[in-house]
Amino acid sequence: MSIDLSQFFDVFFEESFEGLDAMEAELLNLEPGTEDSETINTIFRAAHSIKGGSGTFGFVSVSDFTHVLETLLDQIRDGQRVLTAEHVNLLLKSVDCVRGLLSALQAEEEPDLSESNELKARFEAILGDESPEVVEAEQSETVSEALQSTTYQIDFKPESHLFKTGNEPLYMFSELAELGELEVNVFHDGLPEFLEFDPEDCFLHWRFFLTTTREEQAISEIFEWVEDDAEIKIEACGGLFEDESPSEQQPSASSTSSDAGNLETVQQAPAQSESATNNEQNKQAEESLAAVQKKVESVKSNKAESRKSTDSAATSIRVGIDKVDSLINMVGELVITQAMLSQIGDQDITESSIAALQEGLTQLAHNTRDLQENVMRIRMLPISFVFSRFPRLVRDTSQKLKKQVELKLVGEQTELDKTVMEKLSDPMVHLVRNSLDHGLETPEDRIANGKNPVGTVTLNAFHQGGNIVIEIMDDGKGLDTEKIRSKAIANGLINESDELSSEEINELIFMPGFSTADSVSDISGRGVGMDVVRRNIQALNGSVEVTSKQGVGSTFTIRLPLTLAILDGQLVQVATHTYIIPLISIVESLQIDITKVSKVGKGLEVLRLRDEYIPILRLYDIFSHQGAREELDKTLLVVVESDNYKIGLLVDDLLAQQQVVIKSLEANYQKVDGISGATILGDGTVSLIIDISGLIKLSGLRRPGSTELLVDLKGEEAEPA
Amino acid sequence: MKKILAVDDSASMRQMVGFTLKKAGFDVTEAKDGSEALSLAKQQGFDAVISDVNMPVMDGITLIRELRSLPNYKFTPLLMLTTESGLDKKSEGKAAGATGWIVKPFNPDQLLAVLKKVIR
Repeated sequence: MSIDLSQFFDVFFEESFEGLDAMEAELLNLEPGTEDSETINTIFRAAHSIKGGSGTFGFVSVSDFTHVLETLLDQIRDGQRVLTAEHVNLLLKSVDCVRGLLSALQAEEEPDLSESNELKARFEAILGDESPEVVEAEQSETVSEALQSTTYQIDFKPESHLFKTGNEPLYMFSELAELGELEVNVFHDGLPEFLEFDPEDCFLHWRFFLTTTREEQAISEIFEWVEDDAEIKIEACGGLFEDESPSEQQPSASSTSSDAGNLETVQQAPAQSESATNNEQNKQAEESLAAVQKKVESVKSNKAESRKSTDSAATSIRVGIDKVDSLINMVGELVITQAMLSQIGDQDITESSIAALQEGLTQLAHNTRDLQENVMRIRMLPISFVFSRFPRLVRDTSQKLKKQVELKLVGEQTELDKTVMEKLSDPMVHLVRNSLDHGLETPEDRIANGKNPVGTVTLNAFHQGGNIVIEIMDDGKGLDTEKIRSKAIANGLINESDELSSEEINELIFMPGFSTADSVSDISGRGVGMDVVRRNIQALNGSVEVTSKQGVGSTFTIRLPLTLAILDGQLVQVATHTYIIPLISIVESLQIDITKVSKVGKGLEVLRLRDEYIPILRLYDIFSHQGAREELDKTLLVVVESDNYKIGLLVDDLLAQQQVVIKSLEANYQKVDGISGATILGDGTVSLIIDISGLIKLSGLRRPGSTELLVDLKGEEAEPA
Repeated sequence: MKKILAVDDSASMRQMVGFTLKKAGFDVTEAKDGSEALSLAKQQGFDAVISDVNMPVMDGITLIRELRSLPNYKFTPLLMLTTESGLDKKSEGKAAGATGWIVKPFNPDQLLAVLKKVIR
């Protein structure tokens, strides 16, 4: 039977990467030198599974390497060896190494073996001169070289409990028969009296004469499983079988497997089977040649196929069966509602049927909403997928920086959309590295400041409204506002005369080209840091802020929408067009009190709202629509906030609030500044979704490190009235 | 159709064993660890069980011992999947009641060849 093993590769890679993650996490747990047998077991199992799978699926480079890993872990597990810090370090390196090998294999590249060979040598050095067994991926059945056929006398006397091991003598005998010419003699002299007869026990024993070209090992292999449950004697008795009765007792039954039990056939057997074997060998050789050719072809086609599948593998998600079940359940309800509605539709419309119709529609809306929520849930994964890479990162980085760090993870089960998660990882890595490098002090400094020499970095995730909030907290020295300020002045970001509050100074670190690290380290990069972080997070419709207290620590707070696919939107009317403003960014909507509007600079209007000045953006102006209401007192102002920055959007009217499915403009048309996407409304028209921060940029309002308004559209600064 | 219970914590191995056996005409049920396998085995009868040794929750040796003690599995072939480095596991498995073992790595043909020893 030919089975194409490559169909299991995807699953193998997926589970191996998971196994490596688990290994890594457990290894990091081991650090304090506490050896918990369950932890060791988990690590061992992961290595063991990867080795088994890679061997089975023909990834020899991986199975060879994991073999030494497994051997070491097995010895540790059995208590033959004590786990040392060196082992842990080596094992962690191996995790990376295996990950690299697997990634290369997954991408169908030739893996680079230099690292694995080096690590393997180190493991072998630890294990002593014990030479590792080479894992044979394919133990192809080799046809015995010896064409000489031999007759063996085989005595098989099982113990009475044979059946209770699950072994079946009949099958073993037919295997024997496949090796050559077989004569079977059964002895029933061991049978007890009827009253003492236990049908579950074996009382028979056998003697075979097997004429075969195969070696004795082929025979003993058949009895391998019952070696300890039977007396087995295999003896060669020369090329020819002499017709003599094997014992004083006459065999009670006798038969040969091939032809009906005559002994002459057996005597002719050697010559016959020799030619038979020759034929067979030729045939086998032909077959295997054909098989090889077929394999080559299938490998070719597989390559093309699996290249395709690597792309899709990267975008697949695992979904818990409970989520799928609830979906099926919901679709069922939807079908029932649909049936109910079509039943109403078939009847003539009467007053009572209208009531039923309305009820049906309500139910439909309910079902659809439930279904939508549950479909969205499919894309949701716990944030631990991102968090899990940090223990390792913190460990390695802190070792490099010679700092002592404890990492705390809180809210790992908080779920968010997979796409958001993927894009969240890099900014978070950056922020954590930043905390370790710039935030936390060295143990000496900490002691000098009366702090615990071990610094703490906490990652905390939780839901807040429709958002997920991720906090990265450290108890380090906090942001040095003086240093930031002087740096910003040196870089020309602010003027020496600017009076900035400490919050405003902290904001400066998110400006492009800002870095306070005295020396550029390889840990937190080359000053391309925070502005990129902020940009990446804003691209996800999120925000990042920092709060800090000198000597106590800093907290970076990332806020992100739970999903990128659906958004709660406020529909607004501008001239004849309907736009959507993300509900999450709306602070308030109000009628304008024109006495509080002042003009600033060349044509910018600001509204004094309580103690703030809100710049007014006329949407019809920005999007060039004719026929909109232009009088401020006849329109509405929607105050929105982005990056702590408020602006007022002038609209004709507020329409409904609804959830909208975001369709990408880039994919269907092209990127449009100030617009983040589009959606299709209930009446089938397309409506554009406003990108607030893009709009601010588009309108020329910017805020370089100050809450005060600077209009640089026309290259001049303006003070609010 | 003969029913086989395939137990392995590794999804790829489970799928490979399952697929091979199904293609060979067996009715295959899969379980991801010993404890899941045991409860399945108690609910329905199987003509053979193939189990990995190293698994979380309940390992293969324990599973075999538990199964062999059940009246319905007195004579059932119980095979374990071992690796060449787990040779001592074989005797441990035999003592627990295993019928035999299949050494990893194996390919589908080898699996079927070995299986022929105990179930047809």
